[in-house]
Amino acid sequence: MLTMTGVCALISVSVLFFILGYLVYHGGTSISWNFFTKLPAPVGETGGGMANAIIGSGKLLLLATLFGVPIGFFGAIYLAEFSGGTTAFVVRYAADLLNGVPSIVIGIFAYSLAVLPFKHFSTLAGGFALGLMMIPITLRSTEEFLRSVPKALREAAMALGASKWKTITSVIVPAAYRGILTAILLAFARVAGETAPLLFTAFGNRFWSNGWNQPTASLPAMIYTYAIAPYDDWHRQAWAAGLVLLGLILIINIVARAILSRGIAVPRA
Amino acid sequence: MATTTTTVPSASPVAGSRSFLSRLREGDEIARMITFLFAASVVLVTLLLVFELWQGSVLARHKFGFSFFRTSVWDPIFDQFGALPFIYGTLVTAGVSLVIAVPLGIGAAIFLAELAPARLSDALEFFIDLLAAVPSVIYGLLGVFIVVPLMRDYLQPALKNTLGFLPLFQGPAYGIGFLTAGIVLAIMVIPYIISVSREVLLSVPRDQREAALSLGSTRWEATWKVVVPFARGGIMGSIFLALARALGETMAVTMVIGNNPIVSASLFSPGYSIAAVIANELTEATSDLHYQSLIELGLVLFILTFVLNGLARLLIVATSQRGAGMGNA
Repeated sequence: MLTMTGVCALISVSVLFFILGYLVYHGGTSISWNFFTKLPAPVGETGGGMANAIIGSGKLLLLATLFGVPIGFFGAIYLAEFSGGTTAFVVRYAADLLNGVPSIVIGIFAYSLAVLPFKHFSTLAGGFALGLMMIPITLRSTEEFLRSVPKALREAAMALGASKWKTITSVIVPAAYRGILTAILLAFARVAGETAPLLFTAFGNRFWSNGWNQPTASLPAMIYTYAIAPYDDWHRQAWAAGLVLLGLILIINIVARAILSRGIAVPRA
Repeated sequence: MATTTTTVPSASPVAGSRSFLSRLREGDEIARMITFLFAASVVLVTLLLVFELWQGSVLARHKFGFSFFRTSVWDPIFDQFGALPFIYGTLVTAGVSLVIAVPLGIGAAIFLAELAPARLSDALEFFIDLLAAVPSVIYGLLGVFIVVPLMRDYLQPALKNTLGFLPLFQGPAYGIGFLTAGIVLAIMVIPYIISVSREVLLSVPRDQREAALSLGSTRWEATWKVVVPFARGGIMGSIFLALARALGETMAVTMVIGNNPIVSASLFSPGYSIAAVIANELTEATSDLHYQSLIELGLVLFILTFVLNGLARLLIVATSQRGAGMGNA
């Protein structure tokens, strides 16, 4: 029986290598310089690339980070440093609730809040939807890392006459910065691959999206559209896009874990 | 200037007794208020989300009532909406995924927590965490191009030839359908089950194992009859988490389930799920009632995942605290 459990572990982990191998094989043969520099070709023609989707994803993620990270970060400071029991419980509960909401429901919410009133899809709405998903992840992990800063450090700063705010900005946050950075990176990686909320908000676009107020293409949504389309050339491009997206997400994940595993640089006296 | 009255507030050496004004000057009170605004906005957004779902589905809820969940006509032209096929599809695919993922995931977790050397266990856990980070659209991509052809050409014919007498495995093998969606979901949720179950198993106090071993039980008996029952609650929690994830999953399911509102006993049949119909129809809803029916489906999904996540968290926390409590004793 014990060997059976080993087999289970082997099967589960080998799935990852299978996914990676297959993506590298299929994506690698279809990826080309054009993929990064050209717009999608008109329907029916072969060739073209996904330059607009790559830039679009970048813009969406920038907006999401600008929206989600400050709320998560400052909210976590409030939870870890200022709040009393009841408020903290309510905020934590709300964050956990938000974290568990399926991404499609986040999509409905963003659609009714940021698309319907303006009567058009936009990059802003997409960034809003992704940012919403970043809040709970950033908040909960940042709070954990702030709390893990040794009490002695706080007391030392206070004893030197620093105000509470001064203590937070110059002692506690710097001491926990590795953890906080990891939390933000993981939140970023998680929303980078989100597709469902983007279908209703950023929608999609086969051309460049100018400014922030137009629908925009994004890598995950392009993968979806191209994978279910009937053209072989589109399938190849979907594989290439999948490889780029997964590569990006796995690299961010590995970097985040590497930052964390070097430990929180705090002398534990 | 120096009077005999009580001390000037800012000169007070004790932080707790400093006046509001002095704390304001040092920035503490401002910082508290600003960070409070950010924290409060999290609560506000969450409340707004619930409100939007509730308010946005009011037409559909009043018009159809509970028959919304019992009827299976989904006809935007005549404004008739029944959600049964979607609910059925969601539950069936999630059920299939658990049937596959639970034994595999728990087996792997037992291996990682009980058997594997710590370094191997950590290394494998690292890969499993990476697996959990793979976005669902990538699973969908692999589902469409690998799982669907495999199902159509090999697995479904094989199942038909061996277990074809069961109503579950009858009908033409399209490749797409409940079974395929369930398998793709299983691959997606296994990392969650492994990760959480491993944590919970590792939190089981050492004496439990040693006591069982010292009574002469084999390693397997100690694991299966002592450690696993001890961690039962947390393992259930990991399964609920996985179930919540499977119910709410959109992209991968939409790509392989076939998007056809059918209630069929056969797992080979194409179907539809709640998340998939929202993804496909929300932006193209033809009438208010259509749009609101979709939002009501979103509300159903929200409530389901809310309850499951809550239960899961309770179970996991209770189990690890039990472990910690015994460990200290």
